[in-house]
Amino acid sequence: MTAIIASRRHVLAGTGALIVSFSSATKLLGEAARQGGPEQTEKPPLPGSLKANPRLDSWVRIEADGSIAIFTGKAELGQGIKTALLQIAAEQLDVPLASLKLITADTGITPNEGFTAGSRSMQDSGRAILHAAAQARAILLATAGERLGVAPSELKTQNGTVIAPSGSNIRYGELVSDELLEVEAQPQSHLKEPGTFRIIGNSAQRVDIPAKVTGGEAYVHDLRLPGMVHARVVRPPSYGARLVSVSTDSVKGMAGVLKVVRDGDFLAVIAEREFQAIKAMRKLAANARWDEKARLPRASELPSFITSLEAEDTVILDRGQPQSADGKRFEATFTRPYQVHGSIGPSCAVARSDHNGVTVWTHSQGVYPDQQAIAELLRLPTDQVRCIHMEGSGCYGHNGADDAAADAALISRSLPDRPVRVQWMREQEHGWEPFGPAMVTKVSAVLDRNGRIADWNYAVWSNTHSMRPGGAGSLLAGQHLAQPFAVPVPKPIPQPEGGGDRNAIPLYSIPNARVVHHFLPAMPVRVSALRALGAYMNVFSIESFMDELARAADDDPVEFRLRHLDDVRARDVVTKASEIFGWRPSSQRHPGHGHGFAFARYKNLAAYCAIAAAVEVDRDTGRVWLVRAVAAIDSGQAVNPDGLINQVEGAILQSASWTLYESVSFDNTRITSVDWSTYPILRFNAVPDSIEVHVIDRPGQPFLGSGECGQGPAAAAIANAVADATGQRLRDLPLTRGRIKAAWGT
Amino acid sequence: MRRRITQREEHIFKNRLLTAGTRKAIEAFGYRELRAALRVEMKLLKVLTLLFVIVGGAFIAIAWRPSIAAVDLSSVQNFDAPLVKRGAQLAALGNCTTCHTAPGGPPFAGGVALPTPFGVIYSTNITPEAESGIGGWSELAFRRAMREGVDREGRHLYPAFPYDHFTMLTDTDIAALYAYFMVREPVYAKAPPNEVSFPLNFRPLIAAWKLLFLHAGPYWPDPEQSDAWNRGAYLVEGLAHCGGCHTPRNTFGAEKSRRKFAGGDAEGWTAYALDGSSPAPVPWDAEALQIYLRSGWHDHHGLARGPMAPIIDSLTEAASAQDLQAMTVYLMGFLGEPGAERRRAGQSRIDRVRIPPSLESQTVGQGGTSQDAVDGEKIYQATCASCHEGHARGPFGGIDLSLSTGPSGPDARNVLNVVLWGLPPAEGVRSPSMPGFAGALTQKQLVDLLTFVRSRFSDKPAWKQIEKDVRETLSGQRSVMVHPSPGTDLTPVSE
Amino acid sequence: MKLNVNGRDHEVEVDPETPLLYVLRNELALNGAKFGCGLGQCGACTVMVDGEAVFSCLTPLLVLEGKRITTIEGLGTLENPAPLQSSFIAEQAAQCGYCIAGMIMRAQAILQKNPGASSAEIRAGLEPNLCRCGTHMRILRAVLRAAGQMRTVGSSAKRSVP
Repeated sequence: MTAIIASRRHVLAGTGALIVSFSSATKLLGEAARQGGPEQTEKPPLPGSLKANPRLDSWVRIEADGSIAIFTGKAELGQGIKTALLQIAAEQLDVPLASLKLITADTGITPNEGFTAGSRSMQDSGRAILHAAAQARAILLATAGERLGVAPSELKTQNGTVIAPSGSNIRYGELVSDELLEVEAQPQSHLKEPGTFRIIGNSAQRVDIPAKVTGGEAYVHDLRLPGMVHARVVRPPSYGARLVSVSTDSVKGMAGVLKVVRDGDFLAVIAEREFQAIKAMRKLAANARWDEKARLPRASELPSFITSLEAEDTVILDRGQPQSADGKRFEATFTRPYQVHGSIGPSCAVARSDHNGVTVWTHSQGVYPDQQAIAELLRLPTDQVRCIHMEGSGCYGHNGADDAAADAALISRSLPDRPVRVQWMREQEHGWEPFGPAMVTKVSAVLDRNGRIADWNYAVWSNTHSMRPGGAGSLLAGQHLAQPFAVPVPKPIPQPEGGGDRNAIPLYSIPNARVVHHFLPAMPVRVSALRALGAYMNVFSIESFMDELARAADDDPVEFRLRHLDDVRARDVVTKASEIFGWRPSSQRHPGHGHGFAFARYKNLAAYCAIAAAVEVDRDTGRVWLVRAVAAIDSGQAVNPDGLINQVEGAILQSASWTLYESVSFDNTRITSVDWSTYPILRFNAVPDSIEVHVIDRPGQPFLGSGECGQGPAAAAIANAVADATGQRLRDLPLTRGRIKAAWGT
Repeated sequence: MRRRITQREEHIFKNRLLTAGTRKAIEAFGYRELRAALRVEMKLLKVLTLLFVIVGGAFIAIAWRPSIAAVDLSSVQNFDAPLVKRGAQLAALGNCTTCHTAPGGPPFAGGVALPTPFGVIYSTNITPEAESGIGGWSELAFRRAMREGVDREGRHLYPAFPYDHFTMLTDTDIAALYAYFMVREPVYAKAPPNEVSFPLNFRPLIAAWKLLFLHAGPYWPDPEQSDAWNRGAYLVEGLAHCGGCHTPRNTFGAEKSRRKFAGGDAEGWTAYALDGSSPAPVPWDAEALQIYLRSGWHDHHGLARGPMAPIIDSLTEAASAQDLQAMTVYLMGFLGEPGAERRRAGQSRIDRVRIPPSLESQTVGQGGTSQDAVDGEKIYQATCASCHEGHARGPFGGIDLSLSTGPSGPDARNVLNVVLWGLPPAEGVRSPSMPGFAGALTQKQLVDLLTFVRSRFSDKPAWKQIEKDVRETLSGQRSVMVHPSPGTDLTPVSE
Repeated sequence: MKLNVNGRDHEVEVDPETPLLYVLRNELALNGAKFGCGLGQCGACTVMVDGEAVFSCLTPLLVLEGKRITTIEGLGTLENPAPLQSSFIAEQAAQCGYCIAGMIMRAQAILQKNPGASSAEIRAGLEPNLCRCGTHMRILRAVLRAAGQMRTVGSSAKRSVP
């Protein structure tokens, strides 16, 4: 074994020109060249998720018949990641895309890559697969070389076959043996030259769409297992409500009802057929008596409530000497309400318990953390719980998926050997999903005589943006049991990722700057990660304020930003978006018509995105219509440009909906926005005339996460356009008709 | 006895307009004998001609209106901001946009088709555009249009434009409206020609209509009534022109002044009576009416829908609390105090609904025994009950139908409209909404359902024209305008 | 009772009050129509009944006797897709894809009645259907693309379903 490993390492370290594509590139190249051998005392980190899962066969398995399976711990959320990862693998392995199979997050068989979140899939899984596939190919070449008696550098691969100069060839399937890929990955890989890419960089059609338009099985909602039964949960009417009494007899007699499950405040019913379960749920709900407490803040005073909460302060940026510059000072306060994920398909899960444990099919973003939490919930050893990811509808972060999985797992314990399907109702998803937190930001800046920002002070107040992982205490089922699990103490996500402080540090060159994160542990309303986390609000605030400063400096908003941007790639997206939009200085714009611009680099380390927007505002009704938007995005090596464009188009429309319409409503006890009439979102009557997204491809550059880069700039671009159209600056999200009329109406 | 015609007679024959009878008589009896008769006839003719001239003259005097010279707007002075603001408020109260703004079209550019019994009238462009709009109108011309229903060029306007109400506005208010409209965004848009057949397309005839039915304003306060009542009367009659829908009309399309608020219709919807014959199962009181006017909803009455929805939106936008209170005071005078029996019946309905439903439906009305009603009940239970007897509290949940006025209305139309097309949500704001069932139910199923709804939720006798209404609506013969629900800033309230 | 779905009769033994959606998904194992809200607010459950788009989450079986129900599975298959299906693939008009089957059925109903539907008419027609991912632009492009195909005279792509 050792000899083989040594020879693999030897093979990998010695193959031709090394192209390394992660940060410690120079150091490693130098070392490898100097030492000329594979044995290194200090092992450099493996790229991406290979760090935690170094075995190649965790990622790539080749069968004797030549079929290849790629494994990823990430999940398809509708962002096209399946396709992109397959493209990467296909490119490096030199096989047709269609010949690959992708297995996604399954605690039984795929690597543990934590959560599919934070736009990290390309950076974590993409890089891992890039290297794993490349190294697998290198091993295949070496093996073929041995068999053909040809140096691996003389061989080439094509269509799943190794070809020698003489023309003789061996298919991959003929080269494999059981242990072939049971090796650890190396820090370096022989990657293909980006110039030779035929699959990466191609807008390959998504592999999951055909089933979705022809009624194929695509979602966990579609899973049908033999003997499957249907369950519905009766959720409490408000946070902390206690179930005083419920008459279950009336329900037990209903057609098809198999069981009523009650544990403390957790109440559910199982029936043979789905509609039977729904009817039983309604009856149970009607007969249940709850003891509720009025403990929610006043919605109309939410911002002041937020800033009054006890905070844990962290200074995340302290540059230069704040307050020392002289010039004119400007200040602004921005607010954001709670907002919902609002997945179109309410959360769903299927669970099956038997004497071996429980298997859960779930659309959770993190099957491994969910596995742990469910194991804790059911008081089972972790390896007796298996969580398998199946797609749900877009979750946009931490929605009800984990809770539905827990519900199903818990309920399934009451009916062993029969798969139990739990489907959340619309009102339950709206009322119980963890929301995007309400936030307040305050910014103040000084412009010097030359109209440059000399000093910058920024503070953000926010709850945690992540209650994951959290063990059983972060699951609703865990909180509602008779013996509940304590809700874990929320902790801030440290920089450079950040939670409420994500993107709180502006990318702009400002000599004196201070940014403070006021982390608020107390959460009267259930919150967690909503797409982009704090970046949506922080970019909205910063970019709105940049506009205000630009106008104060009598400068064009785009020019003003360019004056403060050193990063070349940032400048490129700004320039591209403004040029294609046809950005002109705002001279005599027709009242009611406005243009706005915004830019951000997601997390200051992921994708760059600039957006220009045109809006029309009706003075009488306050209605805002997004007419047109142009975006430029740089996400490094663009694996699937069309997939990128799709994501950014979607981000702009989703953000337009958040920004113009959305806020959770609640009275002193309950969440009252429980469906689409009480929480309206964008419909087709508000869709713009056009959205254009331009991708700046950077072949060879690291992949940069792009799934969340558009929401912040879109919000600010719209807000800036509204300010341009009305002459009024609105700083409170959402920019409702009522607010616009109050500020600008006749 | 015939005789020979003289030369003179022949001359008369040929050169005068004589009736056939007179001719025969002259043939028979001779000119001299008939001269007397002729003299009478001549006199008659002269009198008639004179009368014709007088009446015609009077008619022209009444009907003819001079053209008022066009003004060049750029020469008009800037309008006072508070005046424009006041005008905006009045325009909202008067709901100008509902008729003058086509769905999705530029504000006030006209082109909305208004079906009337006399044909289809298209609303005109009232943006300040010089050629196709009112850009060349002086304030005088504007005032004349509002007071007398005459446009700048002197043409009579069809009373589809309710100047019989707007005539009551004061000069100051008309001036404010003028200011508001003159600073709107000018849009070039020509309304399609009206589809009105002869002789009604002869505009001067409208003058006759006006003679009979237009009582030119402005509003004269009634000294015996309170200030609030007078203010309410001014708003209701003058601006909001509620009677335009809620008062029945005579053959000439004019509101029957003696049956004010006895009920009417608009755009395919029945506008309920606002007088003592109000069909609301829970009788209206001042508090409920004011809440309804402010938000478009009341727990015990239901949701404003059809043409009433955009009106509520305008009232929400522009009416102050005092305005709404005044309108309520005025309208309550017509609705009147309900008798004890009606009050008791209403309260018992409220009580029945307040008891938490146990998913068994409540029998309120007689209950239907006809097969239609029985079939209808099955449809109702399977399709409607889950929302309409669920726990959701208004206005965002389905109202319990025993409280809705719909089932107790004079005809099935409102309920039918809602069943078919639902209540579309307002754009981007919280609003009550309901899906439509047009594709799911056949004509027979609709009839059954409506039969049941009437029998279960109303104490009144069965509707007579259900089948006809359903048939005519499905075929498109009866056209219905579907409006989005009023947007409400009311955050939903849990119990 | 008997249900006619995608041209075939099915005998189903369920409570006649059951909304069509659950029968389609469970008894008939069809994946297309989806549960999104059960309230007629989102359109993910949209199917066609006698050529009209309806919310299957709110339409009980007992009103469907003798009617012809069409789901996305009845429009076409992967091997033989209908114009709307191939257009949605060509335009890559999906992100999570959950709303898409409902969109396609609503669009099919619109285009069958009004093959020359303009962009504005299609937007108005699609209003009952929600998309949370923001795929609206592509959905519109796909529907317009399919409309163009469906209008082609004499083309075998022109297919009207009951």
